Amino acid sequence: MAERTSLAVRDLAVHFEMEQGTVRALEGVSFDLHAGRTLGIVGESGCGKSVTARSILRILDRPGRIVGGRILLDPGAPGETDLIAMNAESERMRGIRGGRIGLIFQEPMTALSVHYTVGNQIIEAVRQHSDLSKAAARDRAIELLREVGIPRPELRVEAYPFQLSGGLRQRVGIAMALAGDPDILIADEPTTALDVTTQAQVLDLLRRLQQEKGIALMLITHDMGVIAEMCDEVAVMYLGRVVEYAPVLELFTTPRHPYTRALLRAVPSILATPRQRLATIGGAVPHPGARPAGCAFHPRCADFMPGRCDVGAPPPLAPGHAGASCFLEVPA
Amino acid sequence: MSATTAAAQDRWAEATQLQLTWWRFRKHRLAVISLVIVFLFYMVAAFADFLAINDPHATDARRSFIPPQAIHLFDEDGFNPHVYGLRGVRNMQTFQLTYTPDPNRKLPVRLFARGYTYNLFGLFETDIHLLGVEGGQRTDGIFLLGTDQLGRDLFSRMIVATRVSLLIGLAGVTLSLLLGIILGGISGLYGGWVDTFIQRVIEVLRSIPTIPLWMGLAAALPNTWSTTQVYFAITVIISLIGWTDLARVVRGRFLSLREEDFVVAAELAGASQGRIIFRHMLPSFASHIIAAVSLALPAMIVSETALSFLGLGLRPPAISWGILLQDAQNIQVLANAPWLLSAAVPVIVVILAFNFLGDGLRDAADPYG
Amino acid sequence: MNVLEVDDLKKHYPIHGGMLRREVGRVRAVDGVSFSIAAGETLALVGESGCGKTTVSRCILRALTPTSGAIRFDAGDGTVDLATMPKRAMRPLRRHIQMIFQDPYSSLNPRMMVGDIIAEPLKVNGVPAAERNARVLELLDLVQMPAVARTRFPHAFSGGQRQRIGIARALALNPRLVVADEPVSALDVSVQAQIINLLLDLQDRLKLSMLFVAHDLSVVRHVSDRVAVMYVGRIVEIAPTDELYRSPRHPYTETLLAAVPAPDPLRRGRQMKASGEVADPAKPPPGCAFHPRCPYVQDRCRTDRPELAEVAPGRWTSCHRAREIELAGVA
Repeated sequence: MAERTSLAVRDLAVHFEMEQGTVRALEGVSFDLHAGRTLGIVGESGCGKSVTARSILRILDRPGRIVGGRILLDPGAPGETDLIAMNAESERMRGIRGGRIGLIFQEPMTALSVHYTVGNQIIEAVRQHSDLSKAAARDRAIELLREVGIPRPELRVEAYPFQLSGGLRQRVGIAMALAGDPDILIADEPTTALDVTTQAQVLDLLRRLQQEKGIALMLITHDMGVIAEMCDEVAVMYLGRVVEYAPVLELFTTPRHPYTRALLRAVPSILATPRQRLATIGGAVPHPGARPAGCAFHPRCADFMPGRCDVGAPPPLAPGHAGASCFLEVPA
Repeated sequence: MSATTAAAQDRWAEATQLQLTWWRFRKHRLAVISLVIVFLFYMVAAFADFLAINDPHATDARRSFIPPQAIHLFDEDGFNPHVYGLRGVRNMQTFQLTYTPDPNRKLPVRLFARGYTYNLFGLFETDIHLLGVEGGQRTDGIFLLGTDQLGRDLFSRMIVATRVSLLIGLAGVTLSLLLGIILGGISGLYGGWVDTFIQRVIEVLRSIPTIPLWMGLAAALPNTWSTTQVYFAITVIISLIGWTDLARVVRGRFLSLREEDFVVAAELAGASQGRIIFRHMLPSFASHIIAAVSLALPAMIVSETALSFLGLGLRPPAISWGILLQDAQNIQVLANAPWLLSAAVPVIVVILAFNFLGDGLRDAADPYG
Repeated sequence: MNVLEVDDLKKHYPIHGGMLRREVGRVRAVDGVSFSIAAGETLALVGESGCGKTTVSRCILRALTPTSGAIRFDAGDGTVDLATMPKRAMRPLRRHIQMIFQDPYSSLNPRMMVGDIIAEPLKVNGVPAAERNARVLELLDLVQMPAVARTRFPHAFSGGQRQRIGIARALALNPRLVVADEPVSALDVSVQAQIINLLLDLQDRLKLSMLFVAHDLSVVRHVSDRVAVMYVGRIVEIAPTDELYRSPRHPYTETLLAAVPAPDPLRRGRQMKASGEVADPAKPPPGCAFHPRCPYVQDRCRTDRPELAEVAPGRWTSCHRAREIELAGVA
């Protein structure tokens, strides 16, 4: 891969100290984000995909705690920075948050205040990451709104978030994320709350912005359709681990982890024949606090090998290399 | 999964709402301690006369301002709980009588001693008290917290005051609870103009400054009323204000529950209005009401204390925490007898305990929240 | 034979304004919807948020009172019009129309045991206790839940299991019509598949008649016999499922289908021709409500409102140009 590596996550481990005991939300997650490429992170509830995003931005809420690993900004470059080593509240981290790494939320209202106009909020964000004057920042805000495809941005800059439709709000959310001109974007289920036609428009927008600006995009979703549509590489997560990593075409044509295989067969398809039944995965995702021993997927796995999968954990994936973290990959 | 955790899981799966709430409540250490304290206070209230040592109403000018006195558990002969008799000495500069313990006169302390006569639970008359002294003169006795100007034993008065103050809170909350549930329920269930009307009434009630309202209402109480009548009237006054909070809680729960899917499901199944209210809605917020009550109780108790302290509530010879504190109003009296201020301690302890208990209950009330 | 016939159903909400709170406008949430459901048939009602599909289902359940129109329902002993039925008279009819909810967490009373939850419709409709118990066991078996579930509380179950419990409750009285409101959209992918399969099984075994309200066109393709597409309070197309997906006859249907990302990276780069946003039902555009977004728009689309018309056997669409334009579906 010729692209510059913008961000490298290594062995990231996050614990939640709960009343019932320690919940291991992430157990050694590693992956790379490359400039101009999209990494998809896919998984079901509790797999840790959102915790990963929040850890990178260092906005993890208590009782969550990063207990290990490194998050390297510009790995290998002279200015390499480990975000975990930094104080989450420090001036520098605040500059990185928004300035280097932008975040797009599932529900844009999370990022927007109802009390200020859209323009005010974007201007604020722009000025936080630059020395622009108020007037110049306002011009920049209008430009950003135009860039994310909001019609008549000169007028909409005065609108309050509640005056906008869900689709427009998400576009404003994207404009907010772009205000600091970041080169890494993390989109956490950016289209889950949107209708399909709006989703298609927002996905098109994200793809266009990424190509124009050479952004490294990390797209978190549970929707295999969105993954197929948008991503270059995919990391499949299950209960706090990356169980498979592969280029998107490989993942869909020759999935290697039994979980990925089962997941792909379980997805309802727009191409189905009438009354077509789906392959199912037995049981449900266990609560992360009740993580099964060995390979966490073994109780639901079609290829479960007693004495192996339920004893030790399969070796984790080497970052950047396609493969599956599964005993099927390891000769006995 | 091992057998024990499987059993634990089964237990959890079959646990009722009440059990889940209890399990969660147990984890709040402060709330559990508070529960014990509140329970102890109510036990004191229930057995007030039994625990009191001296007649709380008995005055004796010769016993005025006796300082707190300790019980000595041992003497030269080993275990022999006793108090010293007191010797009054006139200070020749201030001409005030001061009491000093006289180690030569030991008065043995006895359990289940005979004292003044009282009615236990209004059922039978007895004169057995937990503690008492044997023998001695009229001025002798156990004054754990000293006496007031009129020579009344502060400890005994505080115990009797506990009964009055806690019961007035309980009665007040019961009354506000009734008003709150009925009016809040009507408001939340029927909506429309009934709801609007009740909400406006609540707003008007809440906008009236409380102290002048109390003063006005208290002034309206005829002087000729007996202690019991005043007691009852004060309860009504306090709860007339207090019900608005509970009504809002109840209304809010009704409104949000009406939209809950499981309530809609019951409606679609053809369940009657009564079944929906009593089977689905009320159980869903009973725990919230209990929590709201335990937070409303201290407010009631403080209200009574404040009213009585200001001389607007109960009037002597009734005894409540507020009335005891009223005695401590005078700075000169306080300088001579600072122990009178100890009447504030139970107020503070019980209010804190109720608040912690209420917080714990509220957090535990919704195991699904 | 039709279980349900909805005829020109309307549900308008007045907008009040000014000092005197006069009616200054109306939100036409549902504005003249007609369709029917045959016995044993599953009809999907699809569309984007605000299109009125949920309002239609709530009118049929009479959780809402329609503004006008008829909802003819075959109650077994004769046809009744639910639209004009007084609320009191609805109670004996409720047993015939049951609902499966979207959120498996809020739809079960957390303070009742699963057995009691499933038995509730039986109980309030006077089924004796002994019969109830047998029926609860039968229903648990039907939705593939273990019998021990009966004495447990909902908190012991996962989302998918709760949804099974909700389905068992909906089926308890052998309803003539089941209204399913987004029954799988709150579930994880792996669990979604289980519930879709269960619904397919139940359709086969019980010959259920079902109104399936959903926004997810992929799910709909698996479970429904026919599909009605709604846009801004009206139905724009009704067709048998496979035909609708293969060859849509309304530009909005084409747009919807093109917008769904297929789980296949080789099919990337599909082009969605329509742009813009869903119209506001408070002030729908004149003529065809879709015309501001429609790539095939002509002058008459801006002024004349097209009526739903049968363009081929079983295929109804409301588009002036339905017979002239060639629309792309998904294979």
